Amino acid sequence: MSAEFFFGVEVFLNGLMAGVMYSLVALGFVLIFKASGIFNYAQGIMALFAAMTLVGFQEGQIPFAHLFNAMFGMEMHHFGWHMNAFFAIILALGVMVLFAILVEKLILKHLVNQEPIILFMATIGLAYFMEGFGDLMWGSNVKKLDVGIPQGGNFWIEENTAFLGGDAFYGFYLDTLDIYATVIATVLVVSLVLFSQYTKTGRALRAVADDHQAALSVGISLRAIWVIVWAIAGFVALVAGIMWGAKSGVQFSLSLIALKALPVLMLGGFTSIPGAIIGGLIIGVGEKMFEFLIGAPLLGGATENWFAYMVALVFLVFRPQGLFGEKIIERV
Amino acid sequence: MFYREVGEFKTSYRSDQQTFPIALDRTGFLVTLAFAFVIIPLTMSEYWAQAVFLPFLIFGIAAIGLNILTGYCGQVSLGSGGFMAVGAYSCYKLMTGFPDMNIVVCILLSGGVTAFVGLLFGLPSLRIKGFYLAVATLAAQFFLVWMFNKVGWFYNYSASGQITAPEREIFGFIVTGAKAETLPVYYVCLVMLFSLAILARNLTRGAFGRKWMAIRDMDIAAEIIGVNPLMAKLTAFAVSSFYVGISGALLFALYLGAVEVGEAFSIQKSFLILFMIIIGGLGSIFGSLVGAAFMIGMPVLLKNLLVTNLGWPGDIAAHLEFMIVGLLIVVFLILEPHGLAMLWRIIKEKLRIWPFAH
Repeated sequence: MSAEFFFGVEVFLNGLMAGVMYSLVALGFVLIFKASGIFNYAQGIMALFAAMTLVGFQEGQIPFAHLFNAMFGMEMHHFGWHMNAFFAIILALGVMVLFAILVEKLILKHLVNQEPIILFMATIGLAYFMEGFGDLMWGSNVKKLDVGIPQGGNFWIEENTAFLGGDAFYGFYLDTLDIYATVIATVLVVSLVLFSQYTKTGRALRAVADDHQAALSVGISLRAIWVIVWAIAGFVALVAGIMWGAKSGVQFSLSLIALKALPVLMLGGFTSIPGAIIGGLIIGVGEKMFEFLIGAPLLGGATENWFAYMVALVFLVFRPQGLFGEKIIERV
Repeated sequence: MFYREVGEFKTSYRSDQQTFPIALDRTGFLVTLAFAFVIIPLTMSEYWAQAVFLPFLIFGIAAIGLNILTGYCGQVSLGSGGFMAVGAYSCYKLMTGFPDMNIVVCILLSGGVTAFVGLLFGLPSLRIKGFYLAVATLAAQFFLVWMFNKVGWFYNYSASGQITAPEREIFGFIVTGAKAETLPVYYVCLVMLFSLAILARNLTRGAFGRKWMAIRDMDIAAEIIGVNPLMAKLTAFAVSSFYVGISGALLFALYLGAVEVGEAFSIQKSFLILFMIIIGGLGSIFGSLVGAAFMIGMPVLLKNLLVTNLGWPGDIAAHLEFMIVGLLIVVFLILEPHGLAMLWRIIKEKLRIWPFAH
């Protein structure tokens, strides 16, 4: 077989890895949407904020240092210690839980029973607030995130696959970080599924997702469930933030992956966890293959910017509820 | 007491159906017009014109356009930035392709081109609803911006990839290009906004507007009582894109002069226009304008206050701006989902019965 073919396979594998990253973000969306019917636009910003907080704790940055310096003419920036990655992750998780509680108390509580589109817009507002808040708290410079996951091409795979394609082919190039991300994402998904199937809280979550009023009537606290769901989504955001942050630095563009996760969700259906995973893989593979086969040679490249949306758009025309979504029934 | 309709008797259908049936509103409208056409141009400085008034007039048109689609017809769109780019690029192609054509004709025609593109991207709205549609319109945003970036024909293969407006004049006044004067530009934008706002007001209270609102309130029910959803949704998309396209053409030709598509018409612009109509009020022409004024004026105000008066660094002001915008959106949605326009209606009602409670 020719080297061309194996390059294609390599692109396919890299697409799968990228798809896993999209799925990670999409997962956070699905969790919140299922439990509260809210389409949480702020998921991407949550990932950014979580990653920023993690870096901030690790580096010992003083929160709001820049603001205080400007207000009172001080000259401070760091506490001067370096925190262990593990403790920093625990602390960042604590911040995300606190965030979940605040969101429920300050926003969601007041917006019960509003139309979905109003709630969606509220989360856009939340995203804007978080964006400014995160930058103000930790500074808007590009940060390097390092929690000890190795990075760079995996030589073992490269050496052991080199024999496949003749002289022009040097073996599959796969980033070690992507492989770690795939493993972590798989663990995360499996544990989330186990959690929602076999624990009491998980059952309560599914009950709320099925029917708010029925869940209330059997004594499930809606508000507690919302806090839990947002906290879990915050945890997923932290994982996604660590992965993306380690890959390409903690910066504003990280929050744009939320926009990339939207077509993933539309493909997979808003209410399905497996849907989010498979949708992510389809989009990841699809855009990499399209760029490789058609985009770069024929259209001048950078088709990854819009391919996912176009696929989702065309796809939805034929199947508006997505691959695994529940059938939409409308009544007057 | 201060705002009342007592003693006004309508003797003809014409006077009963006019745009402002209450005399006080008519006077207020005329005063506002006089203010906009005479007093502001006489008193404004170059800085205020460039920083506040021109962007307000231009984005006001876009906000009215999006409000027709989202506020009146209920179809959320996140593609306004892309449609503005269509307006700007078709205006550029028309200006360079037909150098003798009047600039106003160019701008109106580029609105027409945008309406056609909007129609194409509106087609899926027949199957997709709610925020599925909102996400689908992102396809328009990203695809159009990518296309204007990649296809050389659109920017006449210029080396920088930018488009630059050539010099054109109206009645002898230069309005585009490097030598454009602020005052004629202001008047062109103002007249555009004024006539388009009047048009929108009359469209939305006529047969078209009633069909759009029926679709917004419940599309299945509207279909049952005989509204054709295909026609209603597509006309809303076309009219809305026409407005947004004109706004994009004005932004490029009269205000910015030179445009790099990824920067001038990014997704941020789509959100900016969406925020204008949320804060101003969905389903209100007046609200679109108030929202536009708010979203354009607030950053300038904040910047003046924090950077110029208090001497804080510019980036802190920018971060605070994000926080305040986000906070305001959430607060508005919680307190008054219908925006500033609803607030104004409540104030008018209070003024009407003051000093009594009922």
